[in-house]
Amino acid sequence: MAPDRLNATFAALADPTRRAILARLASGKASVTELAEPFAMTQPAISKHLKVLERAGLISRGRDAQRRPRQLEAKPLAEATKWLERYRRYWEGNYERLDALLEVMKTTPKKRRPTKR
Amino acid sequence: MTNTMKSKERLQVTTPSAREIAMTRVFAAPRTMVWSALTKPELVKRWLGVRAGWTLPVCEIDLKVGGSYRYVWRGPKGQEMGMGGVYREIVVPERMVATEVFDQKWYDGDALDTTVLVEKGGKTTLTTTVLYASQKVRDAVLESPMKEGVGEGYEKLEEVLASIAARGVK
Repeated sequence: MAPDRLNATFAALADPTRRAILARLASGKASVTELAEPFAMTQPAISKHLKVLERAGLISRGRDAQRRPRQLEAKPLAEATKWLERYRRYWEGNYERLDALLEVMKTTPKKRRPTKR
Repeated sequence: MTNTMKSKERLQVTTPSAREIAMTRVFAAPRTMVWSALTKPELVKRWLGVRAGWTLPVCEIDLKVGGSYRYVWRGPKGQEMGMGGVYREIVVPERMVATEVFDQKWYDGDALDTTVLVEKGGKTTLTTTVLYASQKVRDAVLESPMKEGVGEGYEKLEEVLASIAARGVK
């Protein structure tokens, strides 16, 4: 995934209203009016959030010219999840190697310590 | 002291703020030992990013405030990936803060890494927090009309993604 695209995805997801909108859209298409309902926000405010989500490629507009229902685009979400998963796996691997190294260090006498006896 | 069976420790990835990712992991070793493994080049080379044919041939650490570090990894096909930064704070063996810049910019701006080691009962809890300076992410947070919730970040994101995935979006 291109870094800019990933940035746009994470920036779009950084906001709780936008996350709530995505969660709502996960259960089906919805118009702007329907999306605005659960929030104490004006339609223009909601539209602003929708624009951010649209620019990030997370949602798109349906064909219906009257309602222009918004729908979820799952691919960027899947890519963001994959990125987080890769991040976690990379560090899990690092730390497992560090565990092994620490075990070796415990059984290896320190160089600086002068040998007794 | 009891000699308990060692179980695999779990890595926790959390999000203290919208610009941060924090990782916490417990190691069955004293703090001074973990500190050495994090700061001595000959030891760092043995674990950091060295998997699947990748090695860390360049590992330079000038461990002092204002000193820099430089890592270059080499892949199985000769490809290279480099990064480095400057130490801002060092408290041996419990805390260090350093900048982080990758040669190939895969995110905007520098990031700031804070490493904290806490020892308890012979075990060390290592927490590494990366504060990203991405302007896009920061601006999105500043523009947000809702103050509440901006700090929830990626952990919340994971929940949302999980709930969305569970509903079977194609």
